[in-house]
Amino acid sequence: MNPNNIYKPYLMRIEKVTDEAPGVKTFRLNFMNDVEKEYFAFRAGQFGEYSVFGEGESTFCIASSPTRKDYIECTFRQAGRVTSALARQEAGDVMGFRGPYGNVFPLEDWKGKNLLFIAGGIALPPMRCVIWNALDQRDWFKDVTVLYGARTVADLVYKNELDEWGGRTDMRLVTTVDPGGETPDWKGKIGFVPTVLEQMAPSYENTIAIVCGPPVMIKFTFPVLEKLGFNADRMYTTLENRMKCGIGKCGRCNVGPAYVCKDGPVFTYEQLRTFPEEY
Amino acid sequence: MNDQSKIITHDNLLKFLDALRTSGKDLYAPQRKAQKTFFLPVDNVQSIVFDYVQTTESPKALLFPKVERLISYEYVDGQVQVMDHAESRKVNECILFGSRPCDAVALKTLADFFSRDVPDVFMQQRHDALTIISISCTKKDENCFCTSVGTSPGDTTGSDILLTPVEESRYYAEVLTEKGRALVDALPEYFEISGPVEKEKYVAKLENVFSSEEITRRLSKAFDDPMWNDASLRCLGCGTCAYVCPVCSCFDIQDEGNNKRGDRLRCWDSCGFALFTLHTSGHNPRPTQSERWRQRLMHKFSYMPEKYDLLGCVGCGRCSRACPVDMNMKEQLEEIVAEIKAI
Amino acid sequence: MQALHIKAKELLESGRVRVIIGYGEGSSGRVRPVFIRNVSEAEKLVWDNRCKQNLAVYLLKPEIKKIGMPAIVATPAAVMSIVQLISENQLKNGDLVALAIEDDSVTEISDDVSLETYVQSHPVIFPPSVKEEIRTIAEKSLQDRLKYWQDELSRCIKCYACRVACPLCYCERCITDVNQPQWVCVASHLQGNFEWHMNRAMHLAGRCIECGSCTLACPVGIPIGLITIEASRVVEKEFGQKPGLRCNAPSAMSTFKVEDVETFIK
Repeated sequence: MNPNNIYKPYLMRIEKVTDEAPGVKTFRLNFMNDVEKEYFAFRAGQFGEYSVFGEGESTFCIASSPTRKDYIECTFRQAGRVTSALARQEAGDVMGFRGPYGNVFPLEDWKGKNLLFIAGGIALPPMRCVIWNALDQRDWFKDVTVLYGARTVADLVYKNELDEWGGRTDMRLVTTVDPGGETPDWKGKIGFVPTVLEQMAPSYENTIAIVCGPPVMIKFTFPVLEKLGFNADRMYTTLENRMKCGIGKCGRCNVGPAYVCKDGPVFTYEQLRTFPEEY
Repeated sequence: MNDQSKIITHDNLLKFLDALRTSGKDLYAPQRKAQKTFFLPVDNVQSIVFDYVQTTESPKALLFPKVERLISYEYVDGQVQVMDHAESRKVNECILFGSRPCDAVALKTLADFFSRDVPDVFMQQRHDALTIISISCTKKDENCFCTSVGTSPGDTTGSDILLTPVEESRYYAEVLTEKGRALVDALPEYFEISGPVEKEKYVAKLENVFSSEEITRRLSKAFDDPMWNDASLRCLGCGTCAYVCPVCSCFDIQDEGNNKRGDRLRCWDSCGFALFTLHTSGHNPRPTQSERWRQRLMHKFSYMPEKYDLLGCVGCGRCSRACPVDMNMKEQLEEIVAEIKAI
Repeated sequence: MQALHIKAKELLESGRVRVIIGYGEGSSGRVRPVFIRNVSEAEKLVWDNRCKQNLAVYLLKPEIKKIGMPAIVATPAAVMSIVQLISENQLKNGDLVALAIEDDSVTEISDDVSLETYVQSHPVIFPPSVKEEIRTIAEKSLQDRLKYWQDELSRCIKCYACRVACPLCYCERCITDVNQPQWVCVASHLQGNFEWHMNRAMHLAGRCIECGSCTLACPVGIPIGLITIEASRVVEKEFGQKPGLRCNAPSAMSTFKVEDVETFIK
């Protein structure tokens, strides 16, 4: 990051564009400036402001793991002005990136524990960085379980990686689609994520739960985890709020005394419960 | 009495300001326009006014302008080049004359907030180039409540020079900082040494109407209190209060340009606007004016003190005077003390 | 004023209305909008020559609508706004009770016919100073007129007080808030300010009922109402339609007659 002008972005070349799902793309980005690339480092959970010059900036997590040093990735859904402009970019185009911002998933604190990742729909990207980070340091952790659901089969993102994760013996992957979202050859579960979670009934003992999804999914998932015996300080999430500057100055993501971009976006359920419901 | 206390006559003051202006510095001072008083660039020191209680707009634009260019981009031979305006611009030395003590405190709060954690170079450059000459208040009006929020009509905090009007069209001048000293030392002919001056005799007297600690305490339990709806019924959600406020600093970042060249700008924004927190998904965490009004007060009097040990209000009263529907800040705060049961 | 208090109490007691939108004592000798919901508060209502702000804007505010059937202490300009809002399908017959006050007698007006009758016999009268301002600007050369507005609009801070004070600016998503495409620059530099005010003038042409609330609201003293007033007067002159007079008038700028001419477009 330019130490002086905190609003000046890095110039990034788009190396690869992957169509994940209808309206959802992943960009693999690389720094145009080798020195910047050399000095850049981030940790799982952090996000950035990605921009198209002339259209504006948009906030997404860094969806690749920090253990992969050659590139960074972001995944986004085309929804508004900037994401629509991003969706028109192609491999070889240059865009802007400011980051890394925000706090991190405390992987060191989770050493020796089981990890339970629960994600829904377009909220798998913020989890993907930490899932790969955990898998790349697999011996730190005990059991690794991923529960991922989307509305329909087409809406599942990172389909190649889901196949890969499904084939690994050192983790357990459970995928589900909402009732009615299955295709004839769908082999995964059918049901809403909180429902499937309840059926799976994972043990809370020595386990950290990391949840990310649309507000309605989180609202129903946390209570299930509590019912299963998880403590609020063992339940993590990452908040997607409206953010602009990324550095706690513009005021947009201010929730109670916290700024989601600075004090978050990673929060425990225990912390989240102290916030006013304005996120 | 220290040797940095001086006296300056009104006439010499104008000459001093004129000398500063003609030496190449930008001079901003209160002047009349459209029957209101604004901090405007001075072409002629005779147009500076002195009889205002408070100006309509605050001087924060000198640190935090309503539009600030952050970067520019241009495509040259198909490659994008980015110009860093913090690097490329030169901020001219600037004198702010005629701010009130509350304004000086506010500017200090602004500069503090923007320099924390990740320092903002744009504000830093402007702050470094700015010298603040404030005038103590000898008058007040019913919208002022500076003494209730930790400052006062003669407070020296944040000013480089503080002038207090005394008898016979003279000012007692407290030269408070290096910057202030530099200005005075460059033009010493306008100043006389001062004997002891009892400043309190000359400045306005303003009684406390509440304690800001009490407000903070009550607000910490007030999030779900039903009072916010009624308190905000007449609020129409414009940005007037945020924009005239010397402490408010919420902003937006906007790109203006096309596929050849353009700018990335920082512009003022307000948490009072309906769409301030709107997510692209359509979800709005603060969907009615009640939540937005609550945010304004909680942010200034609860969240900022809790998080930064800074109060977000200096009691200047501008928001109350400018509000089109009379959402009087002082009155709202008095009601909070009266109505919210402190637990 | 006493007649107003009596009427207010009667309306609330009978349950015919749930809230009375009116003026009450404010700070520093001003009046402010008040919302009377209890009989015991009815005496807070005031009525004097300070009561100029157009309160019709509250008829469309969701938090007020939620309270229930409103009565509104209405200046002639507010009644005109109500008629115009009815013609634009934002309000309908029976949605409100307007209280017109003259010489301490209060007249209830609630249906289309009585609203129309009232506005026709109570035209909005401009103070001579406003007429004079309009004349002065109209007499300037185009270049001087541009300089005048550049000078005034350079002060604009895009607080949108003019927009929120106007009963006819009721779009839930104003054109300035549309960002695909970004029709109007968000920034409050001179160009962005011109874009906003020109757009506003075009959107209010033929609809502005000249209440002057926008000018009252502007914190930096721009006589912003002059632009929209002039736009409406052009429409009146060229198309023969004045806003706020008929509850079923067609929209001046989105309907046409074959004989319409556009000599003013150069």
